[in-house]
Amino acid sequence: MEELTRLTLHEARRRLDAGEITSVQLTEAFLKRIKSVDSKLHAYLTVTNDLALEQAHAADAKLRQGQSKQPMLGLPIALKDVLSTKGIRTTCGSKFLENYVPPWDGTAVSRLRKAGAVFLGKTNTDEFAMGSSTENSAYGPTRNPWSLEHVPGGSSGGSAAAVAADECLAALGTDTGGSVRQPASFTGIVGLKPTYGLVSRYGLVAFASSLDQIGPLTKDVQDAALLLDAIAGHDPRDSTSAPRIAPTFAASLEENARVEGLRLGVPTEWMSEGLHPEVARSVQAAIQKFEGLGATVREIALPMSRYAIPIYYILAPAEASANLARYDGVRYGLRVGGADEIFEMLARNREAGFGPEVKRRIMLGTYALSAGYQDAYYKKAQSARTLLKEEFDRAFEQVDLIIGPTAPSPAFRLGEHANDPLAMYLEDIYTIPVNLAGLPAISLPCGFAGELPIGLQLIAPAWQEERLLGAAYRYEQATEWHKQRPKWVSAPER
Amino acid sequence: MSLTLKQVEEIAGLARLDLSKQEKERFRDQLSAILDYAEMLQHLDTGNVPPTAQVTGLVGVLREDVIAASLDQKEALANAPATQDGFVVVPTVLEES
Repeated sequence: MEELTRLTLHEARRRLDAGEITSVQLTEAFLKRIKSVDSKLHAYLTVTNDLALEQAHAADAKLRQGQSKQPMLGLPIALKDVLSTKGIRTTCGSKFLENYVPPWDGTAVSRLRKAGAVFLGKTNTDEFAMGSSTENSAYGPTRNPWSLEHVPGGSSGGSAAAVAADECLAALGTDTGGSVRQPASFTGIVGLKPTYGLVSRYGLVAFASSLDQIGPLTKDVQDAALLLDAIAGHDPRDSTSAPRIAPTFAASLEENARVEGLRLGVPTEWMSEGLHPEVARSVQAAIQKFEGLGATVREIALPMSRYAIPIYYILAPAEASANLARYDGVRYGLRVGGADEIFEMLARNREAGFGPEVKRRIMLGTYALSAGYQDAYYKKAQSARTLLKEEFDRAFEQVDLIIGPTAPSPAFRLGEHANDPLAMYLEDIYTIPVNLAGLPAISLPCGFAGELPIGLQLIAPAWQEERLLGAAYRYEQATEWHKQRPKWVSAPER
Repeated sequence: MSLTLKQVEEIAGLARLDLSKQEKERFRDQLSAILDYAEMLQHLDTGNVPPTAQVTGLVGVLREDVIAASLDQKEALANAPATQDGFVVVPTVLEES
């Protein structure tokens, strides 16, 4: 088939509905594509060949009956391997869960299943989503489709690489400190982190519960809106899911595609120290583009954002140390032999099953929560989080959206931060503040540093996804960055 | 902020991690560096600032207590590393007195 894998979700939707292609043709094209390129990229941990074809046949039957009202019907997508999938191995990138097959679907997954989406497989991730490069996966790193010597970002690096290399139409990732937006930035695609509470976390294997959100990784903004529509909305199974009616984002995209009169704020602190010169140049050019489209731009001050990384690296490990206490190898997961009593068994299972970054964060979080240190670290960081959130609230009294870089640099090389966890943590300096404040944000392609893509970040007030997507869509229509493809992807046999 | 090997061992005990000697030494150094970095929070005046545990604004979320289907025993035990007669097998929890 000619380049079916290059399609976007909305293009594939149109062609399926017009009867020009079938879901089986589309699915077979992607399975073939995965077979030909994934040995180089390692975007997938599990490819669900049989399930995908079964779902595609079922979708085609419905399409033939004219039941094409479901926007996701017959569209092949990929799921990050921290999303619980009934009957499909879910490893979280960890040896601990190497053979774990969940008995249930998470809510986002079950909504997609009911909507008739086709599941191509589960994508690689840093272990339990802890990392910014996918190098912390127990199953080996994913590579960046734009340059195989570079990381695709993380922790949703498998999903991002799969989308960028046309190994799926779109994918779901999760974003706790930037894990959807930063890999989208590194691979030249669109990544959206919704407002905390818009998408149910039920069946998202918990890392830091007050920060985790599921979000789409897609080839363009319209696709992000489509995929968000399919997963957003209240879920009684997640008590932090907001009891409000989610708007229909795709349907309202055109009418919200407005930049004229929008007040954009550029955080002074984010455009100065530590920013890669090519990233600075591309982001400046994007800001000028928005001005040209009729936005007014002003500098804003976010001095609290310099505290975001220390706040995050107290709070996220603290929550993680509690969440990961469940991995004991009793009811599921890894069990190594040789222990005579239960506590010895727990400590041995956990030692054998977790990788270095996960252990590091469990240790850090356990320390921050331990008697005598809780006030100095955990409570201090929680109060600082309040100040940071209030600073965003004040900023949004003056501006409609915040604009700046997604990441301080383009993709870094594999192994570059291997011995320096702190340097890796600083990769998320512009994305982490957004999670701490619970805001929605999107990363859009906005240029290149050599062959490596650069991402632009737009941040909106809570629940203003329509404004965010509308502005992103308008920018995308005025630029060509999202249409670029990695060279070897169009000529993989080279 | 510099952690001692003894502190690292205590934390590992709380976290139920059977760390190797090499890991203990590495974590002592790495965790000390990360905590040093986090020291900058101590310069912030957070005297009367309430803590933020979550940002939803939701409190006391409850639902009706309705009986619904749950996993059956076979499904619930399907991932267990060791089972016997419908139970999960583990090593000794309580010593015989």
